[in-house]
Amino acid sequence: MSAADDTALPQARIDLIPIALVGAIALAAFAMIGSASTWVTLTVAGLAMGLLIFIMASGLTLVFGLMDVMNFAHGLFIAIGAYVAVSMMRLFSGAAGAESFLANLGAIAPALVAAIIVAGLLGLFFERVIIRPVYGQHLKQILITTGGMIVAEQLIHVLWGPDLLPLPRPTALRGSFLVGDIAVEKFRLIAVVIGLAIFVALIVLLNRTKIGLLIRAGVENKEMVEAMGYRIRRLFVAVFVAGAALAGLGGALWGMYQESVTASIGAQMMVLIFIVIIIGGLGSVGGCFVGALLVGLVANYVGYLSPKIALGSNILLMVMILLWRPQGLYPMSKQ
Amino acid sequence: MAEALLTLTGVNTHIGHYHILQGVDFAVPRGELTMLLGRNGAGKTTTLRTIMGLWQASSGSILFESVDLARRETPAIADLGIAYVPESMGIFAGLTVQENLVLAARRGALEDARLEWIFRFFPALKKFWFLPAGLLSGGQKQMLSISRAMVEPRKLVLVDEPTKGLAPSIINNLIEAFGELKKTDTTILMVEQNFHAARSLGDSVVVMDSGRIVHSGRMAELAANDALQTRLLGLSLETHQ
Repeated sequence: MSAADDTALPQARIDLIPIALVGAIALAAFAMIGSASTWVTLTVAGLAMGLLIFIMASGLTLVFGLMDVMNFAHGLFIAIGAYVAVSMMRLFSGAAGAESFLANLGAIAPALVAAIIVAGLLGLFFERVIIRPVYGQHLKQILITTGGMIVAEQLIHVLWGPDLLPLPRPTALRGSFLVGDIAVEKFRLIAVVIGLAIFVALIVLLNRTKIGLLIRAGVENKEMVEAMGYRIRRLFVAVFVAGAALAGLGGALWGMYQESVTASIGAQMMVLIFIVIIIGGLGSVGGCFVGALLVGLVANYVGYLSPKIALGSNILLMVMILLWRPQGLYPMSKQ
Repeated sequence: MAEALLTLTGVNTHIGHYHILQGVDFAVPRGELTMLLGRNGAGKTTTLRTIMGLWQASSGSILFESVDLARRETPAIADLGIAYVPESMGIFAGLTVQENLVLAARRGALEDARLEWIFRFFPALKKFWFLPAGLLSGGQKQMLSISRAMVEPRKLVLVDEPTKGLAPSIINNLIEAFGELKKTDTTILMVEQNFHAARSLGDSVVVMDSGRIVHSGRMAELAANDALQTRLLGLSLETHQ
């Protein structure tokens, strides 16, 4: 099907200003840091951090967009993913400690796959038992999911113990690539590649498949999607499980990024995740991506330039963006 | 009069503490266009939404080909071949015109012949095929909303005030489209405030007031009876535009 007489057509425009903002912040940081090698290291670290947050946050933003469900226990899936990765890496400790990259892959791949599966299954259980009875009741959602998060943390203490657990990276993923005097950590680079791959996969899914169209349509107007004959509840369960699985993957990667895991890893990440999905615009995957990059970069640049205000830098970023765009960078039109 | 495709019997609908539909009884003849008229707040939109399952009837039956819709969820009602065009149009603004129609085609891929038939009435949709629907004008959005109901054969189409706020030239397009849709044996139940459209399209008419049916009959009879119009609607249809 081709459109006739294109000259008279209004054009669909992509809002590039938030993307330009990411570039502007990176350039401003370059001017302030002054050293190219330090700037590259910080930028890669910021991108890695941002993309890992994006992996963990993308499911939550879609869950909220589709069904107005605010799941404060999303961090549970992150924590479970991280702990499952710890157990799997222990199980495959021989392969993880080998010098060969392929042998390392034999440890990290099962760890990530197990994190995805366990977190996804837990998501399925959680949606059925905890979320379903409180559809449309925001206050109860906040209370019951916060309670679920507390219970889950205690269960993690029972299963894995209360102590901080090490999650060492496989041998081939330790250390840095050196290009001149620029050092880039291998694991951060891998985190960037995985994060970008997931972003591209999500964009293709949302824009090139019918189920993606349904998700986008459901975020805008779930009532109309149902009136067309589609079961939005089933779609929501699928998105919830996929979001939990992605959070599990993100948790496993974040644990390796930090090289340690505690039961509060999920609750700690939730602060950043909420900042990201609010900055991006609730329900927007593209906004979540840009928001995550902003949070990751700002945290790393400010942490280097002015460590004293690093803790509050992302809150400050959120406040400034919401003053500029109160609905977030890419607000979703909801009916 | 043709046999009834849809029959509402004693339908009551509550929204919160409000008792909106208070024992609604009427039938929609198969293959006809039935106009649902009434003052603002009479319960017309609630009637359509209750049929579609978007609000649950608290009692009564809504029989569609011997299936009681009052016991079904909205997607299951749509599966029976019922399409809904809401007053708000319900288009997906972030999706293109094409994507909106792809989602509406439940049976599979869009059929070229069916699309060309739709484009005859609404050529703007072909022109703006790849444009996000949110960028369309109000009239074009309404065209898209109606096209979603027409994109494949339906047994019953529920339409809520399709001409509201539209320019006369666009209203004529819509009248032509609904006229053609009627020829395909599609049954239509339409809420409409525009007399020209109501009289041009309606075969039968049902008038509501305060959540109850106060009149049902042939559209031609109502259109010819100024006194009846004034009694039922508060003013003559000729001035009700």
